[in-house]
Amino acid sequence: MTPFPLRDRVLPLALGLGTLVAAIAAVEILIRAGIINGFIVPLPSDVAMSFGKLIGEENIAERFRATFLEAFIAGAMITVAGVLLGLLLYRVALLRAATETWIAALASAPTVLLYPLFLVIFGRSASTIIMMGFVAGLPPVILKTIEGLAGTRAVLINVGRSLKLTPTQQFTKILLPAALPTIFVGIRLGLIFTLINVVGVEFLINFGGLGQLINDLFERYELSETYAAICFVILVSVLFFVITERIERWLRPAE
Amino acid sequence: MIPRAVPRRLVRPVTLLRVAIILGVLAIWEGLAVSGLLYRDVVPRLPVIAAALWKLSVTPDTWWHFWVTGQEIGAGLIIGGLSGLAAGLVLGANRLLGRAFEAYLYYLGPTPKIIFLPVMIMWFGVGFGSKIAMAALSCFFPIALSTASGMRQIDKVLIRVGKSFRLNAWQMTTKIYLPAMRAPVVNGIRLGLGVALIGALLAETRLSSQGVGFLIINAYSVFDMPRMYAMLIVLFVLAIGANALIARLGGPNTNP
Repeated sequence: MTPFPLRDRVLPLALGLGTLVAAIAAVEILIRAGIINGFIVPLPSDVAMSFGKLIGEENIAERFRATFLEAFIAGAMITVAGVLLGLLLYRVALLRAATETWIAALASAPTVLLYPLFLVIFGRSASTIIMMGFVAGLPPVILKTIEGLAGTRAVLINVGRSLKLTPTQQFTKILLPAALPTIFVGIRLGLIFTLINVVGVEFLINFGGLGQLINDLFERYELSETYAAICFVILVSVLFFVITERIERWLRPAE
Repeated sequence: MIPRAVPRRLVRPVTLLRVAIILGVLAIWEGLAVSGLLYRDVVPRLPVIAAALWKLSVTPDTWWHFWVTGQEIGAGLIIGGLSGLAAGLVLGANRLLGRAFEAYLYYLGPTPKIIFLPVMIMWFGVGFGSKIAMAALSCFFPIALSTASGMRQIDKVLIRVGKSFRLNAWQMTTKIYLPAMRAPVVNGIRLGLGVALIGALLAETRLSSQGVGFLIINAYSVFDMPRMYAMLIVLFVLAIGANALIARLGGPNTNP
């Protein structure tokens, strides 16, 4: 527990939230005063009211389900493929030395720009969205799996050897549990990239769930609903990051 | 995610394996192209892609589009980078402000920025402005967060030295803070460049009549696959090259 909870916890939280509320109120006042063009920036109160319309008329729950399903499938794919490829590269040192820098380069490359290519291969479908999420999220899982496995303490591996564990037992009883926190860091990073790409490609190809909803609303020029949908996607993304961050902290071994 | 250095004894086998992998991938590609298993136009033969690459590089129009995109990314990086740097310096220097606002940046940073394109189009129009805004918005977050984190890692002794010389705020920033946190700031700029490039190019693919993103989506629209592959190859080489170059500028502590 901190010695000054008021200063260290409450004050920053109040300042952050207070500034946010003040900024929203200022925008509301400036639009009503005609200083900000209401045809470009909708009233924050209208945006808040539009959430009801998003739920009632735009079937946001179904859109959310579609995006969640695409992100979930892509997430499962990066987890399975990333951990297996990471394990392969950990086992085969030469292959790791040859390809690890390539995978790192791929992690920083603008892979989302491949979406027209995926459109040609998979068509304007959920497959394109899922594959784009997969390609974007795979490199961090591979890299962190290698890092986690390679970082297993030698004493743990020696204990496994002294107990004459089989290679499978060595992996399931020693390597995997020791590497799991680091692997999850990679999965979390991969899931973030996957989610960004899934929503982004939905928006770009006008297909799927929440990304398409924003595109639809914008094309209909439903201003406050467009802003409300963007706010909803941000809220979903932030919630996702907070949950995965909590899991990551929970898995991290005690210092 | 820093790949380890290749051990000396493995350098030769690694080089051979890399060459073998590249040749293997090219051979599989060419095999698929001539086999007829996939649509010929989706997987064009390598000489066709090479010819498209050559044609692209000798067409002055192509480089004009690269120049347009480069300007958008450059302007976005300057606007978003300077704002990010200023925000990072303020949040890193002041503990209360850092605790109050950094969480917002931390959680907003990884949200998909492309969804802001409708807003940017409404605010800045369909031309240059919205692409620059997308690039600036994208790169603001990594640069601000890296700068704030770098500020907190500065050796306290350096700050005390600056204060004992009675440096003013500007001198502290230029003589102490920025030189002491070169690596995190350069790392932030490197990350920022990557996302600024994505922001501007995706905006171009969605709604534009100029720039590399427009060329890519145009090649897709007319189903000119060799040209699209050629564009993507040039773009990836430039993006990865720029990333590596900036990482080199940051010194050994900058993540590649």
